[in-house]
Amino acid sequence: MTAASEPLIEVRDLWRIYELGETRVTALQGVSLEIARGELVAVMGASGSGKSTFMNVLGCLDRATRGSYRLAGRDVAGLSSDERATIRNREIGFVFQSFNLVPRTSALENVELPLVYGGVPPAEQRSRARASLRAVGLEGRDDHLPNQLSGGQQQRVAIARALVNRPSLLLADEPTGNLDTRTSLELLALFQRLNHEDGITIVLVTHEQDIARYAGRVVTFRDGGIVSDVRQTPAVAREEDAA
Amino acid sequence: MRLFAMTARTALRALRRNKLRSALTMLGVVIGVGAVIVMVSIGQGASEAVRAQIQSLGTNLLMVVPGATTSAGVRSGSGGVSTLTREDAKAIAAECNLITDVAWMKRQIGQVIQGELNWSTQIQGVSPGYFSVRDWPVESGAVFGVRDEESANRVALLGKTVAENLFGPGEDPVGAMIRVKDVPFRVVGVLVRKGQTSWGQDQDDTVVIPFSTAERRVLGSEILGTVDMVFASAARAQDVLPATEQIATLLRQRHRIAPGADDDFTVRNLNEMALAQESASRVMAMLLLCVASISLLVGGIGIMNILLVSVTERTREIGIRMAVGAKRRHILLQFLVEAVVLAGAGGVIGVVLGIASAGAISLLAGWPTLISGPAIVLALLFSATVGVFFGFWPARRAAALDPIAALRYE
Repeated sequence: MTAASEPLIEVRDLWRIYELGETRVTALQGVSLEIARGELVAVMGASGSGKSTFMNVLGCLDRATRGSYRLAGRDVAGLSSDERATIRNREIGFVFQSFNLVPRTSALENVELPLVYGGVPPAEQRSRARASLRAVGLEGRDDHLPNQLSGGQQQRVAIARALVNRPSLLLADEPTGNLDTRTSLELLALFQRLNHEDGITIVLVTHEQDIARYAGRVVTFRDGGIVSDVRQTPAVAREEDAA
Repeated sequence: MRLFAMTARTALRALRRNKLRSALTMLGVVIGVGAVIVMVSIGQGASEAVRAQIQSLGTNLLMVVPGATTSAGVRSGSGGVSTLTREDAKAIAAECNLITDVAWMKRQIGQVIQGELNWSTQIQGVSPGYFSVRDWPVESGAVFGVRDEESANRVALLGKTVAENLFGPGEDPVGAMIRVKDVPFRVVGVLVRKGQTSWGQDQDDTVVIPFSTAERRVLGSEILGTVDMVFASAARAQDVLPATEQIATLLRQRHRIAPGADDDFTVRNLNEMALAQESASRVMAMLLLCVASISLLVGGIGIMNILLVSVTERTREIGIRMAVGAKRRHILLQFLVEAVVLAGAGGVIGVVLGIASAGAISLLAGWPTLISGPAIVLALLFSATVGVFFGFWPARRAAALDPIAALRYE
């Protein structure tokens, strides 16, 4: 099997059980899922459905109790915390609901962060971070601090940071949760553009049907398992007045 | 090493982001290191001053006193018995080749009267060589010489303190008549001020008369020729110890002291006193250093405290860094470097401040201070160590955070 035909994400019978003293909480029970390269997938579910846990495992922030997880052809289920840090650095970009930019640090320096830990030389860090900010429509905001930017702009900085190391997977956890409707649409348009034009695989976790409409595939979680996996024709978001 | 350069940059950025807090955190170390520098320079200045003072007494000087202070049993103590004679002194001059000059002395407390005024002081009967051995010139008049000694002339030299107590400010003591223990003397000169010894004795509170005059006319003596003290000077400072041995050997022969028996004399040199003084001031310096070290320790705890707060406050930032690929050692190193930079910069500022304060103290209070290179190096090393030591725990706590929990931290 060649790398091209192989799915980017291949999850088999994934379990995640938390032990909190006496009680055991099963957050994921036997989840199996394949996501091909270039897909834009929405993961839906109410809170407590296990979608956040699934997201953490996909993002190599957490480790499954049982089951296998192959990312880009590599088995990442049994990796140590340092090895997972390397995977997060090289293969995964994160976008969070609350933006999670480092405070009192310029947009450019925030975007440089993954390159810093990836061992990229300082001069190259700067030029790649600039290019990444340009790609999300934030040219000329290099020196702005997070609190000098609007919510939408902050989330774009976060996306620029997620993409700067050219990961194979972009994981977005409720990326529009803190944004108004219009800004949310702009952001979804950006996701769609990155997905179409640059072929970036995006997994979008959301609990809003309105947001899931823009994905080509919707996976729904309930009680720690997948209850539906539907392919659809995505609605098109337009990116008129970005930035 | 690139990892280190990168982490150092990150740590410096973090410190710059919070300038006021970084400055306040440094303050503890600044004060600690500054205190160490000031304390050590005051301590060293004091011990240097003591050394200089002892040098002024003459480090080449040896003193022989009768009696012994050593060993068990009842001892009369040095100076308690009159076993030392003028002949001993002359023998030292003749036979000890390391000794260049010898003088001897007989002394007693007695009353001196001039007109209506009287003063109780130490009366010293000395051989003519005394003034050169002790390097003690006159301020006015002249010292007495061999002829005065031979004919037991009633001439006296006054120490500065005695001159001030017997004569008014305008009066010239030279040529005046005084009575020493009721014997009339003519004052031939006033000796220059020699000041106090380091053990607090006023060296200028004395009347100096020829030895023969003292023995025959003033102090009296049960056995003629006994002396209370012999002064001998060696040519060079390094000759003092061997000369001490020469004198001791000679006197043991002359006094027929069996091998192993106690000496009936004691040879002292000022080097011993200098050493004693030095060790005393060293103890003082150590005490000061201890106090200063405690303030440095408190400064280190301050750094740890602030870093712990900072780790909690930046939990989310740590989570973000981990999410984008920071390994545990990156986080550990970042916080460790922050601590070392804080402590190190505090150390440098402390050294500068300490040197400035030491200068100000010696200028304003007039205390002698001496900046010592080793103390500076030591203080800087110590402050960096404080950084590593007190930074390690907060840094480990930061590195041990769970990325998921850290990202969710509010």
